[in-house]
Amino acid sequence: MTSSVPTTPDSVRRQAAEAAAKRRKRTRSATVRWRRRALLGLYLVFVILPIYWLLNLSFQSNSEILGTFSFWPQSFTLGNYVGIFTDANWYMGYVNSLAYVLINMLISISVALPAAYAFSRFKFIGDKHLFFWLLTNLMAPPAVFLLPYFQLYYSVGLFDTHIAVALAHCLFNIPLAVWILEGFMSSVPKEVDETAYIDGYSFPAFFVKIFLPMIRSGIGVTLFFLFMFSWVELLLSRTLTATNAQPIASIMTRTSTASGIDWGTLAAAGVLTIIPGIVVVYFVRNHIAKGFALGRT
Amino acid sequence: MNKVQNNRAWFLILPMLLLVAFSAIVPLMTVVNYSVQDVFDANTRFFTGTEWFEVMLNDRALQAALLRQFAFSFTVLAIEVPLGIGIALLMPKRGWQASAVLILITLPLLIPWNVVGSIWQLFTRGDIGLMGVGIRELGYAYNITRNPTDAWATIILMDVWHWTPLIALLCYSGLRAIPDAYYQAARIDRASKWAVFRYIQLPKLTNVLVIGVLLRFMHSFMIYAEPFVLTGGGPGSSTTFLSQTLTTMAIGQRDLGPSAAFSLIYFLIILLVCWVFYTAIMNSQKDNTTQGGA
Repeated sequence: MTSSVPTTPDSVRRQAAEAAAKRRKRTRSATVRWRRRALLGLYLVFVILPIYWLLNLSFQSNSEILGTFSFWPQSFTLGNYVGIFTDANWYMGYVNSLAYVLINMLISISVALPAAYAFSRFKFIGDKHLFFWLLTNLMAPPAVFLLPYFQLYYSVGLFDTHIAVALAHCLFNIPLAVWILEGFMSSVPKEVDETAYIDGYSFPAFFVKIFLPMIRSGIGVTLFFLFMFSWVELLLSRTLTATNAQPIASIMTRTSTASGIDWGTLAAAGVLTIIPGIVVVYFVRNHIAKGFALGRT
Repeated sequence: MNKVQNNRAWFLILPMLLLVAFSAIVPLMTVVNYSVQDVFDANTRFFTGTEWFEVMLNDRALQAALLRQFAFSFTVLAIEVPLGIGIALLMPKRGWQASAVLILITLPLLIPWNVVGSIWQLFTRGDIGLMGVGIRELGYAYNITRNPTDAWATIILMDVWHWTPLIALLCYSGLRAIPDAYYQAARIDRASKWAVFRYIQLPKLTNVLVIGVLLRFMHSFMIYAEPFVLTGGGPGSSTTFLSQTLTTMAIGQRDLGPSAAFSLIYFLIILLVCWVFYTAIMNSQKDNTTQGGA
């Protein structure tokens, strides 16, 4: 008898449960979630597809590339990679590229750290103008500086050395490093500095022992960006080198010869240029989002 | 943060200043020097004043390249900014998926620029490329070396592929910085999704978007390696942008005076557009905060 007559509390409870379910459905229903995933997945496919195609071609011989069209290598070969790793002309390109990138990272970070500290902590004559001038260097097209750089480095005897490219890349990397580091440093409260001075630290000791460890994620992210922009640049590094310090990017142009383009080697060389980037991004994956906002979120 | 007035800070700046001066001021002064002279060889040169600037500003080929450059920059900005915001909203917020998506999305940014060109060349070729063959199978005679429209569309697609991740990552970090309390308040108010986006997320994204749009504008205005590898500036000169025109003139033809004048004009345009944009954004932000009574 009691079951046939619904009591008020019961129906209210059922109504409440239904309303709650409906609300949950509206805010985070399965279809919405799947639609989001599908859209993101679509974009990721768009990102991956060209890279996959490069990878696919790099494992094929030239006759297979030109002869048959297939979505994966029919006769899998590592010949293209072997060709690169056994030819000193080719693999020295990677060594050269890494050499000038590392030199540039070292120079840029060591001069940018004190400068960024000065910008984030002190007011001084001309600070705003100086900072803006620095940023204008980021906006300078490398093509503008091409000819003067060539003549400058040629006249001081640095042409075709790693250090020349490293110095040339300082043009945009130092301003970038100062910009990012300044953002990270400004998020450290100034009380830290004052407390350290009261505790008797000198400035260099405080800077190295206390301050740098506090912003190490910022330094990591900055190094990542320095690596990135120096690694991907072509115009300056190609113009300032001839044979001894030639970057891999300009060696890759050698794949096109009179007898046509060596597609397989081009693809394999391309794949090998992506790998350092993947390694570097893996290290900073947890900080990269903040780093892209230049430490300012 | 209230900063201390201290002119000794100059000593901290000095090493950086010397280095940047060496790699920026000296070359820039060389460019200025060339731009007002006609150089025949090491010993023969004439002062020409503003003549080269006049010649360059009236040059039809350069005007065309400049127009193409603006069209390209604004097209990619118009596509990449909304798309980047959309991707950032879709990205997972935590867990291994977040890391994986982050790394995948960052990938295009870490590829050397000429390799980006090569990748797209391999991808879009009519005989060996997945996209090229695919579109031809659909019945459209896709050919980027013959058809200017195809070349344009491909270069824009390539740039979207290459640089949308930058905007997406910037916005993602901006979104992550919004405290949960904002969303809870919105839920209590029964705010619609659009309202949440318009009044909570978008205002918080303004800062990162300013950085993103500035970087994107600068880089797209200097684009060189990708179209150079993909189309070589052709067919005809339909995809020849400013950097390539300048490089051909300076390195290929050794026209020192004209190319130096052109360099300075080029640089000034970028500075001007960035400054106008930056000031406009900052002013509108100021107006908003005063209106909001904050």
